[in-house]
Parts: sequence; C-alpha cells; structure tokens
Amino acid sequence: MTDTLTPVLSANWGTEESWTLEAYRAAGGYEAVGKALKMTPGEVTDLVKDSGLRGRGGAGFPTGMKWSFVPKDNPNPKYLVVNADESEPGTCKDMPLLLASPHTLVEGMIIASYAIDCHTAFVYIRGEVLHVIRRMQQAVAEAYDAGYLGTNILGSGYDLDIIVHAGAGAYICGEETALLDSLEGRRGQPRLRPPFPAVAGLYASPTVINNVESIASVPAIVKNGAAWFGSMGTEKSKGMTLYSLSGHVNRPGQFEAPLGITLRELLELSGGVRAGHELKFWTPGGSSTPILTAEHLDVPLDYEGMGGVGSMLGTKALQVFDETTSVVRTTLRWVEFYKHESCGKCTPCREGSWWLVQLLKSFEAGTAQDGDVDKLLDICDNMGGKSFCALADGAVACVTSAVRHFRDEFEAGYTTPAWEAFPYGRSALFEVNEKVEVHA
Amino acid sequence: MSVVTKPADQVAPVDLITVTIDGTEVQVPKGTLAIRAAEMIGIAIPRFCDHPLLDPVGACRQCMVEVPDMGNGRGMPKPQASCTLECAPGMQIKTQLSSAVAEKAQKGMLEFLLINHPLDCPICDKGGECPLQNQALANGRGESRYEGRKRTFPKPVAISAEILLDRERCVLCARCTRFSEQISGDPFIALVERGALQQVGIYAENPYDSYFSGNVVQICPVGALTSVAYRFQSRPFDLVSTMVTCEHCAAGCSLRTDQRHFQVKRRLAGELPEVNEEWNCDKGRFAFVSGRGDDRLTRPLIREDGALRVASWPEAIDAAVAGLAAAGSRVGVLTGGRLTVEDAYGYSKFARAVLGTNSIDFRSRPTGADEAAFLATRVAGRTLADAVTYADLETVGHVVLVGFEPEEESPLVFLRLRKAVRKKNLTVTAIAAFTTNGNAKLNATLVPTVPGEEAAALRALDLAAGDVILVGERAALAPGALAAVAEVADATGARLAWVPRRAGDRGALEAGCLPGLLPGGRPLADTTARVDVAAAWDLANLPASEGLEATAMLAAAAAGELQALVVAGIEPSDFADAEAVRAGLEKVGFLVSLENRLSEVTERADVVFPVALIEEHAGTFLNWEHRHGRVNTVIKQSNAPMTDLRVLAALADGLGRPLGVRTPAQALAELTELGTWQAPAAASKKAAKKAAAKAAKPPKAVDGEVRVKLSTWRQLIDGGRGQDGEEALAATAKPSVARVSPALAAELGVAEGDQVAVSGGSGWYSLPVAITPGMVEGTVWVPTNSPGTPLGELGVVFGDEVALSLGGEE
Amino acid sequence: MSGHEFQSFFPDSGEVDMSDTSTNIDETTMAELRELAGRYPRARSALLPMLHLVQSVDGRVSPAGVEACAEVLGITTAQVSGVATFYTMYRRRPGGTHHVGVCTTALCAVMGGDALLDSVSDKLGIHPDETTPDGRFSLERIECNAACDFAPVMMVNWEFMDNMTPARAEKLIDDLADGKEVTSTRGATITSWREAERVLAGFPDGRADEGPSAGEASLLGKSIAEANSWTAPNPEDLK
Repeated sequence: MTDTLTPVLSANWGTEESWTLEAYRAAGGYEAVGKALKMTPGEVTDLVKDSGLRGRGGAGFPTGMKWSFVPKDNPNPKYLVVNADESEPGTCKDMPLLLASPHTLVEGMIIASYAIDCHTAFVYIRGEVLHVIRRMQQAVAEAYDAGYLGTNILGSGYDLDIIVHAGAGAYICGEETALLDSLEGRRGQPRLRPPFPAVAGLYASPTVINNVESIASVPAIVKNGAAWFGSMGTEKSKGMTLYSLSGHVNRPGQFEAPLGITLRELLELSGGVRAGHELKFWTPGGSSTPILTAEHLDVPLDYEGMGGVGSMLGTKALQVFDETTSVVRTTLRWVEFYKHESCGKCTPCREGSWWLVQLLKSFEAGTAQDGDVDKLLDICDNMGGKSFCALADGAVACVTSAVRHFRDEFEAGYTTPAWEAFPYGRSALFEVNEKVEVHA
Repeated sequence: MSVVTKPADQVAPVDLITVTIDGTEVQVPKGTLAIRAAEMIGIAIPRFCDHPLLDPVGACRQCMVEVPDMGNGRGMPKPQASCTLECAPGMQIKTQLSSAVAEKAQKGMLEFLLINHPLDCPICDKGGECPLQNQALANGRGESRYEGRKRTFPKPVAISAEILLDRERCVLCARCTRFSEQISGDPFIALVERGALQQVGIYAENPYDSYFSGNVVQICPVGALTSVAYRFQSRPFDLVSTMVTCEHCAAGCSLRTDQRHFQVKRRLAGELPEVNEEWNCDKGRFAFVSGRGDDRLTRPLIREDGALRVASWPEAIDAAVAGLAAAGSRVGVLTGGRLTVEDAYGYSKFARAVLGTNSIDFRSRPTGADEAAFLATRVAGRTLADAVTYADLETVGHVVLVGFEPEEESPLVFLRLRKAVRKKNLTVTAIAAFTTNGNAKLNATLVPTVPGEEAAALRALDLAAGDVILVGERAALAPGALAAVAEVADATGARLAWVPRRAGDRGALEAGCLPGLLPGGRPLADTTARVDVAAAWDLANLPASEGLEATAMLAAAAAGELQALVVAGIEPSDFADAEAVRAGLEKVGFLVSLENRLSEVTERADVVFPVALIEEHAGTFLNWEHRHGRVNTVIKQSNAPMTDLRVLAALADGLGRPLGVRTPAQALAELTELGTWQAPAAASKKAAKKAAAKAAKPPKAVDGEVRVKLSTWRQLIDGGRGQDGEEALAATAKPSVARVSPALAAELGVAEGDQVAVSGGSGWYSLPVAITPGMVEGTVWVPTNSPGTPLGELGVVFGDEVALSLGGEE
Repeated sequence: MSGHEFQSFFPDSGEVDMSDTSTNIDETTMAELRELAGRYPRARSALLPMLHLVQSVDGRVSPAGVEACAEVLGITTAQVSGVATFYTMYRRRPGGTHHVGVCTTALCAVMGGDALLDSVSDKLGIHPDETTPDGRFSLERIECNAACDFAPVMMVNWEFMDNMTPARAEKLIDDLADGKEVTSTRGATITSWREAERVLAGFPDGRADEGPSAGEASLLGKSIAEANSWTAPNPEDLK
C-alpha cells in the first residue's frame, strides 16, 4: 500500500535554488542519464514500456509504445518534441514543474532522445510564461556547460542538442500536429494523419511528441525501475502523477499522488470546498473533459475510472465549482475560450463555436427560446466527432455534460438571466460590486 | 471539375482493392480516396475543399461518410471525411445515401457553412453555378435555425488588379491558397487570422500577381473570388459555352469560351487531363478583348491616291488579284503566328501552287541560321505518337531547358514540370543566364551561361537516355545550339522537344510555311516529296527553286527584288530589326494584308482584307507536343465573316488557279490525306550536320560604355497586341527591368532601381536595374516585348552584344 | 455578464497595421534575425521567435518586421502575415511599456476575473486590446495561463501575478506607473514588455535566478506529504 501522496517530480520543488544544475544534482539529478547511456536505446524504451507510463498530456497513450513506433530504418533524422504548451483550461502542472525543476525535463529529454536515436530535441513552451522560459533556457545552457548536452555526452559518444522554443499564443498548438506546424514556423493548424508524427512529423521526419510530465517522469523510472513505478497507481494506470486542484476549494494546489486517488481524498487534503459552500460540479482533467458532480467524488481519478463515468482523466486538472456558480455562465466562458482558440481550419469547429457562443449568451441573458436546449444539443451533435481535430469535441463535451447534469438551469435560461439566478459576485473570492448588466 | 484522377487503364490491375460503398462493390487502385471511389460508381458525395488536383486537406468536412467496417471487421467510431479517407481492402463505406449518420453530418455541415454566408446570391457572380448554392438547394433546410449575427468584412478586397475577394462568401476551403502554394508556387495569398476570423489574405505590398491567378476564381466553390474582368458581366445560365484551344501560345490548353449576345464574356480552363489538366494561365483566360477596339477591321480597304479607303469585297479582290498577277512568282508570303493549321495550310498551298513561290515563312521573330534545317529534320512531320508529351514530363527523371523559360513562354509546360518536380522527383536543369523565379519554383539547377554559349553548356552536361531536352525558339539564335541539341540527343538517347511560343507555329511548320518545307514535313529539295505534293494538288509540278526566309524576303522587297508581299498577322517590332521590316513593307511594289485589326502592315498595304477573329472561326492548333487542339466557332454572328482561307481561295480563283479548299474542314482533310514525310534516318543527320556548319553569327558592334551579351525573352504578360484592352490583366504584368549581376552593377555604378540605358544597333532605351545574384557575368537581361519598348526597335536579338550605360530617361 | 461583446464585423482584420510603417529594425536586428534562423535545422522554424524579436524592437509586428522575416527566411510576406495574425501574442498596434493581462477564462472569470478586468480597465481608462495614450500600459483579456491554482490570475509582461484582487491590481498598476520596483509573485523583477519579448525570442536577460522556486499552491501537496511523512515507495523495498 503506497502513501496517499507520493512526491517524486515535485520532491525538490521549493528547495533552495531548485532550478539550478547544482541543486538538481545535489538532489540526485542526472544520475539516471548516466545509467541510461550505459543501456542500449532499446533497453531504455523497453524499460519505459514496462513501467506502464502513459502520456500525461491528456490522451494517456503509452509513452514507451510511442517511442517504439519510430522506424529504425528511416534515413531521416529523428526528433523529440516536448509539448510544454500547457493551455487546457484548468491545467497548471507543467509550468510549476519547469519553473521549479527544469533539469528534470532536460534529463528526461536526454534519456528519451537517446532511446529514439534523436540528436536534436525541442521544448515547445507556450509563450505567455516568461519566467518558465527563462528557467528552461538557463537549464539547457547549464546542461551544455556540464556536458549533459552537446557532443559526446558523458563520454558516451552520444550527441544531443536541445532547442528551447517559445510559442506565441495558441491553445491549438497543444495538439501535437498543430504544434509541429507551429514549430516549423507555420500557422498552428492540425495536420492530416496519417502520416503519423512517428513516421513523418517535424520536417517530415520521424518525431516523438511527449508531454512535459511524461518526459519528466522518465529519469525516476530509469533510476528506480519499472517495478517501482508500477508499484504506484492501479493496474492499468500506473505510477504517480500531478493532480492540480483549483477553484472553490480552501487550499488549491498541486498534489502528486498515485493514479487512482479520488477527488474526495484530494478535497480532504485541501481543506474541502470553501467554507459554507458545497461542491456543485467539477472537471477531472481540464475543460475538455465532461464535467462531473458530487456523485462522482469517489470515482478513482485514473484513465479507466474517469472513462467509466463518461468523462476522461485528461490533464488531471480538477476545477471545482461550488453551488454559487452558474453552470450556464461557466459553460459559456469555456465555449468562448474554444471559439477564441479554434484554429479556423475546419467548418464545424469554426462555425459551430461561433454559433454556440451566441446561443449560450442568450441562455445566460435569459432570452433563449423554448426548445433552444435541444437546438444547443443538436448543434453539439453536428460538431462532435465531425471536426478535424479534438478541439471541437472538447468544446462540445463541456456543453453536453453541463446539460446532462443541469438541464433545468439551461431551461431557466428561457426566462431568467443567469446572473439573477446566480449573482456572480457570490462566486468571486473577493467582494464584487454588482453592476447592472445591459445585454444586447 | 474532373472527378477521376487517373484513367483506369493506367493502373495495373494488381494494385486493385475491393471496397463496398452503399452496398455496391467497387474495385479501386490502392490509395484511392473514398470520395473518388464513390465517384467511380456514380455516387456524388458533396464537397467543397476537395479537389482532385490539390493535396487533400479535409477542411470543410462536408463529405462525411460512415465507415461501419474498416476492412478488419471493426467500424470507425466517428464519421469520416471521405476526401481524406484512403480505401482499405474490404472497407465498407456508407454515404448519405445509405447512412443516417452520414446524412445528418452532411446536413449539419451545410448548415454551419450557411450561418455566416451572406444572402447575396442574386448579385453574386457564382449564383447559378455555385456548389454551395446547389448544395443548399438540394440538401439544405428551407429555413435557417440561425438567429445570431452574421460575420461581415469590408468587401470586396482587391487581392490583385485582376482578382477580387469577398471574404463573407468564403467557406475557407483553402483551394485557392493550396493552388497558389502547390500548383503554381506563388503563395502570395495565404490564410490569415484564425478561428471565425480566418480569411484569405495577401500582404498589402505584395498583391497576388501570379500568371495563374484566374484559376483560383474558377476553383472557388463559392463567389468569394471573382475577376475584375467578369464581375457582374453575366449570369452563368445566360452564357453559351464553346470549347476551344487557346490561341495565345503553343501549350495547347483547352478552354471553355462563354459568350452572351455574341460577345465573349469569359474564358475558363477546359478539362483536358493530357494537356492543361484543369488549369490555364491568365493570358489565356483574360486576354480575349483585343478585337473589340476601334481598330477592328470589318470591311476591305484599298489604297487609292496614296490613302486607304473602304472598298467592296469584289473590288478589293480584283485589286489584289491584279497586283499579285503583275508580280508573278516574285511574291513573298509572311504568315505570322496567329494562324490555325488550316489557314496556314491555305497560305502554304497559295504560295506554292497559286503564286508559284517557295518564299513563305511563319517566323515573325528573330531567326537563326541553322533553325530551318533543325525544324525540318527534328520537328516537322512528327506526330504525337513519337513526340515528347506532357505526360512524359511526369515520368522522366531529368529535363534540360535550353533557350526556354517555361513559366514565361509556355506556362502550362511550367505547371506540368512543377507537378513532376513536386510529386515525381523530376530534376530540372536550366541553361540560362540566371535563375528566374519560375525556375526557382522548379528547383532547377542553373548552368550559368552567357547567351550564345548554350551549345557548349549543353555538351558539358551529363545526360542519360530518356532524359528530355526542351528547346525554345530562342535557342536558334545561339550559334550551334540547335545542332548541339540534336547531337546530344542522338549521342545520349535523350529525347528532345521544340517548344515554340506562338500557338500557330507548330501547325504552320506542319502546313509547310517554311521555304524549304512542304506540308507534312516534306523537304522541298527532295524530288519525291515535290512530286507527292504536286500530285495531291493536281499540279504538273511544284516550284523547285529555293525560297526566301522572312528576313531575306523583306530585304528583297526593300531592294525591289520581290514585287509583292502577302502578309497575315505580323508586327515589325517582333523581328530582329523592326526598321528593316518596315522598309520592306514600305518599298515592296504591292502589299496585301489579311488582318483583324489596323496594324503597321495594314497602314502600308495596298489591299487590306479583314479576316475573322479566332472566336469567329473554326480550326485546329497543333501544340508543342504535335497534338491537335480543336477550335470551335464561338461567335456565329461575325463582323468579318471571311477567314484567311476563304480570302485566299477567292484570290486564287481570281488568279485563275483555284486553291481547291475554302473551308477549314477541307483544308484539314487535304493536309491529313497528304500525311507526313517518312524521312530516311541518314538524311536527317546529314542535314543537321550541314546546318551546324553554317551556324555562327558575329555579334554586332555597338558603341557604349560596357559591352555585354543580351539575354532576353518575352514575359507572358507584356506588350503583345493580343492582350490589348484588358487593363486589369496588364496591371498584373511583371515590371520591365534590366537584370545584371552584382559585379556588373558595381562596374556600372548602379544601385537597385537605378536607370540603365541599353543600346543596340538602331536605338537605345532605359530600364530600372534589378541586381540579380548568381547571374552569369558579362550579360544583361531585358524583356523582349515590354509595353512601348519592343527589342526589335533596338535592332538586337538574344545573344547579341549591347552597350550598357548609366542613366537615361525614366 | 460575460463581459464579451459579441463582435461580428471585422473592419481591420486580415493584416498587420500598414498605416504605420515606422521601424527601428537596423542591421543589428537583421543580424539577430539571421542568427535565430540559424539556430534551427530549418530556418523557417525560427519564424515565431523572429516575430517576438520584431515586437521587442518595434513594439508590435511592424510591416518592416514582416518584410524582414520574409527576406531572411525566403518566404512570402503573405506567409509571414498568415503566421503573424494567427498567434495572439503578436500585436498589430504598439503595446504599452507594460502589458497587462487579466485571465477571464471560466475558472478565473467565476472566481473574480471578470470583476478584476473591469476594475483594471477602469483604472487604466482603456478597454482590452487598447494602449493608454501615454503608452505606459496595454491591456489584454487573456485566456487560461496555466496558473489556475493561483486564480484569479493576472500577467504583467507575461510574468505571473497570482491570487489577484482589485485592490492588489490597483496597487500593482500604481507601482508600475510610479516606476517602483515590482516583482512577480513567481518570477523576476518586472522589466518591460519589449524586454520580455526579447527573452521569448531566445535572447536571455540573465534574470532566471530571480524569484522563488515555486508558489505556495504548487508546494501544497508536497508540504502535506512531508507533514504526514508520505513518500513515494523506496525502490530498495521492492527488491
């Protein structure tokens, strides 16, 4: 039986100058890379496969298997691209990791690159996080100086360059093929698959794209073994992971725990929903994962558990909303996000999100027409599963799940403005002078 | 839009797989997209972004289908875009015809596309031929469920002088941007902004000036892209369409010409997979109004008391017959490049059988010493079956360009080369003075060559059997270049193709519009050939004496050695020395002109016959591949009902030696009956060698500060008279510049954009300098026929020496 | 009360502001643009960083900047424009000395972000996407900035300003306006938006060592674990 919380990735956070090479090494950093470079690349991949590590960016695809898809006989260079575009609403785990311990990622990248025979690796960091980018730039520079990057790393004969690349504001670049287009200096719009990135990704060459947390987990796996990793979590959802709790809780924050912990346990640790209030709804893994309610408090937060209740583990971004919150308002704001972030490439996402926002605004203003809930769901049905990438599916998921759990609240939108039913000031963390809202 | 990418007979049966669409089994080549497979059995899946000649994009999502079985027993959980879905063996596909899921997905998509689409169909050019309108009518809701606000933008936006964009109508299918990037390689339009604001845009300083820009109007599935030329001109359902072959160059594009009230309103690229696929160039698309000006000839003219006056047809024919009868066989015939094969044949027969002269030449341009021999032995008398074709360009590994600039001189050859470079790993080598923008788009390797030294450059290349040498008409001006082309081809097994510029050139050659060449590629010098033709023409014999080439004819006319000239469409400034041409036309005793419009020739003529515009008559153009392209009559109510052929027939009747043909059908039948000459292989080689020995042309000496060699060709959109009247097209022309290497610029002391004077034998003019890195030294490039300054006025040609100096007037 | 007006007419969309052709791009900038292009296996990959550099030099994506990028990379200006107009961090009009962002994506909005934006907007006297007439501040309504456990969140020059209230925002703006030293809650001393853009372009400013390792919320789970002596399994125990 493992402990409730199992800090591994976050173990060195908050320590003195934890972001520096010196502090990282003092905490045992860069031991795994030495070990990995003495293994064959295939052994490293097998180790990660055996560990059961699944992608921590949302989709949960087995990391080692992804690596093994890189064709050995392809004459083109192989590339590793770390997806540090963390932009899914509610998701806030990779940025603190990179801020506190960028070397964990650097070390993971060296090991992963070695495993897939890559000699140029990229970290694509969203542009809106200046200090994270500073820390990452410095960590890479330090790693070069210390001989962890560059040529003949640790005398192994293995060469690797890492390029730290700042994005420029586009949620869609978290989608791996859009990220590749963006990294090639293009508009970040998703690509057709096939060909899959493992075969023809960056510069049409074999490419592995992994989330920050996935790659950052690799040094600990190499150091402590697959069995150690598998001793945490559940049978199909192995290892420790970062859960991000935010919203109407007493103490929001990051919790590194074995996969399969429940929201009830996490709420207990964080002091529960804010005083005098109760849980209304929550997301298990960002706004693209269908919302859940208090009845799901005891469902294990792992890939299977969340799938079993019609949602997804996603990025394990637990956004908690209490009873003061208007579901209609929250849904509208999420859909406004998706409209803002739709890349425009495909019709259902571009036009559907445009339409949904206007329709949801009428619900919020209490001016929706009788029957508009069904129209809303029908528009969602015409978007969902029809779009080029999964962005529209995320936009649809928050609407359909909200209607599923709170249909009455939407129907109230035929007559009553949401801000009357749920005065918005009550949801805020500070005193808000309610303004009289005028809506067109 | 064509619906099938490849004829089934080009696909080996071994590659076929079986899929089931709406319950019907169909065998398709491996790799076929579901949307194409459905087309093969007559199932049309609605689509907007899909285009068989563009890379799949899957953007509009209109073509959703259900896939209950991927061929492995498992179904796909979500509906799929059939335009990006490759068929797999055993795959089950259900379209809107058999799947409620597919049908709802498609209806939903259409609704999404319409929520922001303006309700302006009644004033939209596309209305009546609009895929979105058709879809909405067939499958849309009667009433919209959308009660929101429609997205609006200022409109229209001119993305070039010729193309307008109404962003509100755009469905963002990206056909235009994909065309510009993938097909023509001119990504001056791009998707800009994102999400609901995504739109097609340009960068304001760099408009969409592509030679192929009109294609984006044609492939736009809505009325978002329109042309200045056609906007608000007609409704599609009021147009009468006729298929023709383009008269502007030797590419041989099929065009659809649409007329209303006996006026051509627009021309579209026709579908001819073997030639232009579904594309054409802007010149072919937009340049069709040159015959509408005040200078259009509608009635015959004869010279009386030194001035031309309107005459009746009988009067004009009598006058011409009298003048020609007086001249006897001391007549020359200049046919120019605008003629159909049938008309050209008429001139050839008229010259030889009626006038009794072999002085006939179609080349209204600078010519080279060994050119006629090269054309006789390497080009004339060939057929499509033994020629290099467009399709061949996609299968060969290496193409060498000699004296040929594809994008400027044969734009559809350029497009096909680019396709082969993109898709088939073709490599291109250009023997030229610098890497042009067009050749850069072909990733061509430049063999930097001073004009005139092409022969040596070609001989130095390492060619393999099966490679192709595309040789342009300019190569004739480089000493020995044509001989080198022939020799290298023979030595290596490379194939060669001559790509002339004008649409009528290849046909004129076949019709026998060269002094030494009878119809069907028969050498005049060969007795058997002469006997053959004489027999076919019902004559005892043909004139055997060697005729004069164009320049010699004009010189002879100026010297009084020729009594008369019969001239079709030529412009003095197209020749090496415009003044010499004018002198010939002025001094010749009797000048007969057959023309569409007033010209420098009609000004000097004694009798002028107005002849039909290309849109007013039928015939055939032979393209560079030797392929016959049909020209059908578009306008049947003609201002000038007489064709060249009928005028010639009338003159022949008047001269008492009937021509025997007076309709295009008769002319083509007679030429076809004659067939082509089967030359003994040895003879052609001998002729080529002989020609090579003759080549060598001393550069003219001119005064000036820096003497350099002249490189030049015609830009696609230039001062040519066929483009007259289409101002929007003219505004998209490339600027006229003088290109020099950085070192030469330094020597001259000029900076980018400074004026430099170019002096030739008979004049000078100035152009702004464009400093061109990588350009071969000792060379200047200028356009051959920039508006107002045709090179013929300078009296210099490609490969001549010219003088460059600083300054000159703007 | 979402605060978003639904906009449906877009008179100025489609390109950077061509009416202002001023530029500070000089040979030094061109050299730096070429340097960025040289850092990647294929030059075009440098376009996003290059546009960040253009912003640091010209305070916006200027026409000259678009043209410079096109020239260095050998692509068309339309292609650069397509990229420059896709990403929200690239500005069409000059940004302020300090660029202030207020997150109003669902969670921050609900927890006070909407009200915070209103108060910041009132304080600065500008709407989102505007710049104060004195050029000191520009304001942007931002989407989720990956700091939800610190909601409501603001950003100044893309530095975190966590757990904001209207009162804290007012003081922050006053301090910035007064030129006082302001420090990010999880970052460095605030410099300026243009200096920040230079770092994003890939030219570090040497401030990585400033600021804390982590914020309180980031450390919550770890500190609870420490208090309870909870750890990951000891690998030795598994052997």
